Amino acid sequence: MAEHKAFSATGNQMVAEAMRQVDPDVMAAYPITPQTTIVENYAKYVANGLVHTEFVTVESEHSAMSACVGASAAGARVATATASQGLALMWEELYIAAGMRTPIVMANANRALSAPINIHGDHSDVMGARDSGWIMLFAETAQEAYDNTVISFRIAEDERVLLPVMTTLDGFITSHAMERCVLEDDQVVKDFVGEYTPAHPLLNDEAPVGHGMFAFGDSYMKYRLAVRRANMGALPVVEEYGKAWAEICGRPFDLVETWGAEDADYLVVCLGSAAGIARHVCRALREEGVRAGVVRPRVYRPFPAEQVAAACKNAKAIAVLDRADAIGASHAPLCADVVGSLFDAGITVPVKNYVFGLGGADVPVSQVETVYRDLAAVADGTSDTTLGFLGM
Amino acid sequence: MITPPLETFESWKPEDIPAGYVADAGTSVHYETGGWRSMRPVWDEENCTSCMLCWVACPDSSILAKDGKMCGIDYDHCKGCGVCVKECRFSALAFVREHESATGKEA
Repeated sequence: MAEHKAFSATGNQMVAEAMRQVDPDVMAAYPITPQTTIVENYAKYVANGLVHTEFVTVESEHSAMSACVGASAAGARVATATASQGLALMWEELYIAAGMRTPIVMANANRALSAPINIHGDHSDVMGARDSGWIMLFAETAQEAYDNTVISFRIAEDERVLLPVMTTLDGFITSHAMERCVLEDDQVVKDFVGEYTPAHPLLNDEAPVGHGMFAFGDSYMKYRLAVRRANMGALPVVEEYGKAWAEICGRPFDLVETWGAEDADYLVVCLGSAAGIARHVCRALREEGVRAGVVRPRVYRPFPAEQVAAACKNAKAIAVLDRADAIGASHAPLCADVVGSLFDAGITVPVKNYVFGLGGADVPVSQVETVYRDLAAVADGTSDTTLGFLGM
Repeated sequence: MITPPLETFESWKPEDIPAGYVADAGTSVHYETGGWRSMRPVWDEENCTSCMLCWVACPDSSILAKDGKMCGIDYDHCKGCGVCVKECRFSALAFVREHESATGKEA
């Protein structure tokens, strides 16, 4: 492992740097807060000749993802970035990208959806994409956003997977806040991702193939099952490349990161940047003798159900913090996955679901502390476990 | 991955499904869609000058041509949109109800 100088960078800078080091063939992107500085930085790399990428300036995210799907089917290594309303505008193409098995890598700076209009961070946008077939990674820090972006290319392009990967970071909290970061050498990243050789490029006239064909009921379900299997089967592949990159960069990779979960009575399960606050609260509670812990899936699709269940099996009560709601459902998205995982594993621990931090709402330490303290009542059955809005 | 032959398509298992592509290009030729037609263009060879306007206009490549001359209509793929009839300057294409047509291949 080489020694690197630490420097200050935002999550968006780190994602742009990772993409510069990978140097994909095509990027088609449209600016949207809080992702804009990713493609803005990348456009500068293109203008300054630091990359060979064909940068397609499109008129909308709908066109951006359409161009990405076309370029990927043609045989190019493709990357892009978006957020919020932009991701929502891509909805149609997200499913096409996954169904056509185009290994596109897209960064998403997680942001709220309108209305009311709001440009700040939550997971409402990405949760709208959770069933599309994309692999989804959640970074806690700017450094992790970088590492996740690098490994995304390997995951997407692996012949066992061949699915697009969404590498996400929390809007503003991670995308714009400065953190201490380390950049690996360009050549290290280039060697790690290697040259991309598409299996069946559309632009090979010596072996003509068709992409994006029509399928009737006699075959449509077969194709959809193949997508599900590819996505579910990607879990060990994500772990394989995560661990391989960890070996190179010296930063650990786990599908599900845990803190104190082994002996914790009270656990918080959350995605992304919120885990830092939860750990901070846990340290203080542990000094009082309260056994508290944190469970954070780093990959959300495919959902690491067995790993989450294993991490939760000793808890007396669990709080799942969702930075997005699933209005009309009994549980918000992450909690539905957690509860399903526990049920399948035969674990009957009480689970309380909180929706928190929507639209960049501040999540003070005191609020997360309340979550842990209230878990005692959840554990002994004196508190109800219906979904609540934290701090309301 | 090696794709199984198209003739065995119905018995393909999900694990045989190629990741996002179909092995052969141009497979829509094997898929007959002329059955959607309710109106049928009927070619009058006498009036036809082979100007090929219909060939240019047809959205389904169903105007058959050989050696630069119009030679018939591909009723296996013609959907009866009538664009060719509209474009014809020489009254060489009539447009009739499918069930009233006496000529051409039965749909």
